[in-house]
Amino acid sequence: MKKTLRIVAAVLMVGSIAFWVAAGANRGWTKTRVPTKVMDTVTGLEGIEWQDKFVPGVDFLAAALLGAGLLAGVSFLVRTKSK
Amino acid sequence: MKTYLTVLSLITMAGMALAAPQTFDFKDPKGINNAGFKLDAPLESINGSASGVSGTVLFDPENPGATKGKITLATASLMVPNPMQRQHMLSDKWLDAAKFPEISFESKEFKNVQTTGDTTTAEVTGTFTLKGVSKELTAPVKLTYLKDKLGDRVPNQKGDLLVIRSNFTIKRSDFNIMPGQFEDKVSDSIELTLSIAGASPK
Repeated sequence: MKKTLRIVAAVLMVGSIAFWVAAGANRGWTKTRVPTKVMDTVTGLEGIEWQDKFVPGVDFLAAALLGAGLLAGVSFLVRTKSK
Repeated sequence: MKTYLTVLSLITMAGMALAAPQTFDFKDPKGINNAGFKLDAPLESINGSASGVSGTVLFDPENPGATKGKITLATASLMVPNPMQRQHMLSDKWLDAAKFPEISFESKEFKNVQTTGDTTTAEVTGTFTLKGVSKELTAPVKLTYLKDKLGDRVPNQKGDLLVIRSNFTIKRSDFNIMPGQFEDKVSDSIELTLSIAGASPK
């Protein structure tokens, strides 16, 4: 149990950092929509189109690291079965 | 003499009709029209845009300085990348989109009008209304008149286009939007960028 919790905590920590970095290491809040620019060739205007896309931010990273920390902390409270 | 006068009056009337101001509708079927906003506070930068543009502008290509009109923005169309931030922005504490569904600018006067070809630059003074508070402000504006270009944008339609571009800054405290609060995260100054095109079908 103790070992499992620590493994899950480590996987959660490494996985969330890797996901955050792979998604662009956004140092702002988590985004669920991103703007993309669309050019209108007739008027020369640049329009903005919002597309649904999940971009994890520092709040996502903090929540994941907190979760990993809690799991690791709980693992220290679990008693090892005496043989 | 009588025939000459009749022809002359017909030519004059036709000329007046041609020189009459055209009405441009800014409800954009292509969804390109937008107003961008940027708040750059010490701790946080907020960038977003709004697409719910509507309104009409009376524009006379022969006299761009006489342009008049009103552009309205649907408050609920304001968008930012973070859903919680958007929820807060539209809530009764900030913009109160339910009670104040529109943001508008109504022009009163054009000054320092300079026209080169199809492009006119000027300073427009008008009434800006946000969250139920109306303030007079002056902003630089660029108008581009695109004669007979509507068909290139909207197939099977003939007419002209009018492109309006403007950048100006307002203070949220002037419009009773949480004045003096959270200025480290939500800047008091809001940079606005208007990029819109209106159509005048024939």
